[in-house]
Amino acid sequence: MRFVDEYRDADRARALAAGIAARCRPGRTYAFMEVCGGHTHTIYKHGLEDHLPPEVSLVHGPGCPVCVIPMGRVDDATHIAGQPGVIMTSFGDLLRVPGGTGSFLGAKAAGADIRMVYSPLDALKIAKENPDRRVVFMAIGFETTAPSTAMTVLRAAAEGVPNFSVFCNHVMIIPAIKAILDSPDLRLDGFIGPGHVSAVIGCEPYAFIARDYRKPLVVAGFEPVDILTSVHMLLGQLAEGRCEVENQYARVVPWQGNPVALEAIGRVMRLRPHFEWRGLGFIAHSALAMAEEYAAFDAERVFDLPGIRVADPRSCQCGEVLKGVLKPWECKVFGTACTPETPIGTCMVSSEGACAAYYNFGRFTRDRTRGPAGEREVSRA
Amino acid sequence: MCLGIPGELVGPAGGHDDLALVEVSGVRRRVNIGLLEGQELNPGDWVLVHVGFALSKISEDEAQAVLAYLEGLGQPYEDEIDALRASDIT
Repeated sequence: MRFVDEYRDADRARALAAGIAARCRPGRTYAFMEVCGGHTHTIYKHGLEDHLPPEVSLVHGPGCPVCVIPMGRVDDATHIAGQPGVIMTSFGDLLRVPGGTGSFLGAKAAGADIRMVYSPLDALKIAKENPDRRVVFMAIGFETTAPSTAMTVLRAAAEGVPNFSVFCNHVMIIPAIKAILDSPDLRLDGFIGPGHVSAVIGCEPYAFIARDYRKPLVVAGFEPVDILTSVHMLLGQLAEGRCEVENQYARVVPWQGNPVALEAIGRVMRLRPHFEWRGLGFIAHSALAMAEEYAAFDAERVFDLPGIRVADPRSCQCGEVLKGVLKPWECKVFGTACTPETPIGTCMVSSEGACAAYYNFGRFTRDRTRGPAGEREVSRA
Repeated sequence: MCLGIPGELVGPAGGHDDLALVEVSGVRRRVNIGLLEGQELNPGDWVLVHVGFALSKISEDEAQAVLAYLEGLGQPYEDEIDALRASDIT
């Protein structure tokens, strides 16, 4: 168990934990989903659940972009990387993500030219320096990284870099939250909203969650105290019978988001009719493709793609973990067949994936009596 | 990829108008500030950098708090800083 004294603001954390307990109504349980993988990481690293009363449980959501990329898209990208003259570029996070036929790491070992970059602008620079090669950027991420891809494509168009293209896999958080709200097997009482995504999209797009689904949402920062404060705010709303969108992270997230970033996305990308999410299946209007006007920079049009669809491994329960129906340690292969060294599912690959976060912080000895949301035991040793 | 890293604006980087020189954890790197168009930016201001782009302007207090948080993350932050060190955007 981690101690609250380790926190930068230990006194505040202690007061918040007491405040949270005081706001719980006797005999009632509360399940809040933190949507963002960064929050999941903080919760596990700091053992935040140990400071919450047993009535409050945190459910880990689908907000890790590496975790939700379907295996078929990894295979398509590996296929592109294997074409003559191609340099495939990608964030380092994707290197070990398994597709149906292997990972980038395996393809690289087999001779494909796959390079890790920090920024899509680094990929564009590689394209400019290698005019006789075709340079593809494997774009992944939620609205946090989509503007960077869009701005890079605008630069490539302005400067006329014909050998650069983007394999666009950007996904959007709102349709994923809606899919979870519409899922019949999950009972949630509110959401801890993502921080950096909200710096782009702002707080307004969450309004339907409060209005139509009657669930409160608090956009939160990434420190332990931020998350505890958000839980306290959610409980406050429920206690007062309110359902609103509140912004705990106003020091970074403006209510209206970043209009320049949204405009860049709007210029360069278009909504896909549907897109497959690892473990969650197809979700309508949940991802971005390159717009017609930028077809020359769209790897899906530049290359002939196999369009592979690969079913998730049968033993893998990433889908249930991503929807928060199962806790990581309740998956059949967690920590045995599936570990960060040999991941079967994507939740074990990224350090922000719920399973890897749980595994890495040695928290898999936690008592298994706390089942999925809705069936929790409220007694705890 | 998902980590926002605080950087202190040093000044224009030359070359493309959107590029600024930013000091991040003791390393000076070129960063694109095009997403902060319309906001007043001066040397000494702090920004949160995501994959080579400044996405939000933040206070110095917030920057220091984020840095302390990131350092506490260990390996994921080290990986991100290594990637940033290797970055050479133009």
